[in-house]
Amino acid sequence: MLNTTPNLANPDDFYASLLNAHEGLSKAESDALNARLILLLANHIGDETVLSAALGAAISRKETP
Amino acid sequence: MTKIFDTPLYAYERSDDQDSPIPVRHPVIVVGAGPIGLAAAIDLAQQDIPVVVLDDNDRVSFGSRAICFAKRPLEILDRLGCGEPMVEKGVLWDTGRVFLDEEEAYSFNLLPESGHKNPAFINLQQYTFEEYLLNRLRALQAQGKPLDLRGKNKVTALADNGDHVRLEVDTPEGTYLLEADWLIACDGANSPTRRMLGHDFKGRVFEDNFLIADVIMKVDYPTERWFWFDPPFNRGQSALLHKQPDNVWRIDFQIGQDINREEELKPENISRRLKAMLGDDVEFELEWSSIYTFQCRRMDRFRFGRTLFAGDSAHQVSPFGARGANSGLQDTDNLIWKLKLVIEGKADESLLDSYSDERVYGADENILNSTRSTDFITPKSEISRIFRDAVLTLAQKFDFAHPLVNSGRLSVPCTYDGSALNGPDSNQLPHDTRPGAPLKDADTGNGWLLDQTGNRFQLLAINATVPNQLEAEGIRIEGLTLAASADIKARYLGEEASAVYLVRPDQHVVARWLVYDENAVKTALRHAIGKA
Repeated sequence: MLNTTPNLANPDDFYASLLNAHEGLSKAESDALNARLILLLANHIGDETVLSAALGAAISRKETP
Repeated sequence: MTKIFDTPLYAYERSDDQDSPIPVRHPVIVVGAGPIGLAAAIDLAQQDIPVVVLDDNDRVSFGSRAICFAKRPLEILDRLGCGEPMVEKGVLWDTGRVFLDEEEAYSFNLLPESGHKNPAFINLQQYTFEEYLLNRLRALQAQGKPLDLRGKNKVTALADNGDHVRLEVDTPEGTYLLEADWLIACDGANSPTRRMLGHDFKGRVFEDNFLIADVIMKVDYPTERWFWFDPPFNRGQSALLHKQPDNVWRIDFQIGQDINREEELKPENISRRLKAMLGDDVEFELEWSSIYTFQCRRMDRFRFGRTLFAGDSAHQVSPFGARGANSGLQDTDNLIWKLKLVIEGKADESLLDSYSDERVYGADENILNSTRSTDFITPKSEISRIFRDAVLTLAQKFDFAHPLVNSGRLSVPCTYDGSALNGPDSNQLPHDTRPGAPLKDADTGNGWLLDQTGNRFQLLAINATVPNQLEAEGIRIEGLTLAASADIKARYLGEEASAVYLVRPDQHVVARWLVYDENAVKTALRHAIGKA
């Protein structure tokens, strides 16, 4: 089950470190970092039901045909 | 030195059929004398079904083409009587290395399971493979088996007349007509048979070009499969290095979408690419080169009336994963015993539809895997490339990313899960040998299991008593009692005390039980020949 309720103890800290990680990177470097991050997190989660729910939740209404 | 593929090994000879006032009818005609057509012909002839093979050429494959042969096809070739010389000649390998740029991203080992007669893979040039099939074919002819291979016999027209197919065949001495009760089309991805009969061949087209160079060189590189993503010598593209017998090395360069074919194939340009990869000081001789693109596609079904399609004529995949020739050999393995029963009147024609059902299932598995490999190797969008590169970068640091690296998912045997021919299962027995699966080889303590099976229906009994012979539907079932050796126990018993397996002539499991029950076996046999 995908947890869509607040789950980060310090949301502002996490958001800042996310932006921090991208600081000074080119668009290509940032894209690569994001891709690595998604793969690391996906492997950590592992559960296929959660991953597919997350994919579903991430697809915004505008992109859905 | 003249190469084997420059020598006419089945030169044109006039056949009596060409002087017949009426077209001669044959039980089976095979179109195409490539690996699949030859395997089909050998399978039929060694079971005494007369077969004529027509080929528009008169020699083996020009260039090495298919070079990786997997365990299951090697087992099939053993059943056809020519696996051993191939394994003896072939290059054995089990390590693959994947590089990103100049760094190794990771390596894998096929970790072949012990207790199998055949290795996980051998590399062997298609021309040698075909030469050994021809040797077997000649040996069968010498034994008086009914097998006629006709070189320079090109099929130019075809018609399915309901109870037979009529063929018009062109030869150096003009045209003649033939008839076949059954036609097996093994005439390759561009199958003229398929075109003449007007059947569709649909799927995905890939735009990337690949340059193959087969190079003869004496180097002490290890016997491993090396695959590069974005190497310095082929920026933005991929490359592959793989060893074949007789100091021949397969080198495969991805060269992109918009290329000048003629320029790329000039020996000086190939040589320039090779030197960039191998270094200036390596001496080599170019044996063969070619540029290919590929498609992943198949026919809607593999049987149309009296014509059966097998190999690349029925389905085509990208080369990553060695799923072309390997799947074609599984096609004829599946087809021939069924065709034999139909020809002998022991099964209805509808049994041949199960050939199509089971092998379409196998083709879809191969197309899925080879399409995914292709998407990884040749990313089609910016984001696809971003994720591909992220996987490769992570693989250099973290084990978790290794299974995501896809430089080809190597051919594994197909299990016909859900096939209408499958009978009951006993779930407590090991999963790998369930109904639909090919037998797993095992050291029985008295020879290899697969050497004792095939070409007939059999009952395998482990700690159970089965009759030596049993007859149902006019078909003989032979009993084979096996001692519970370590391999047999692990692969066929699991935690159970006893087991009985009904096995098809192509060594696939029909059904299995914990104890022997004659009526259950007879019912399962009826199922397995389509009379359920």
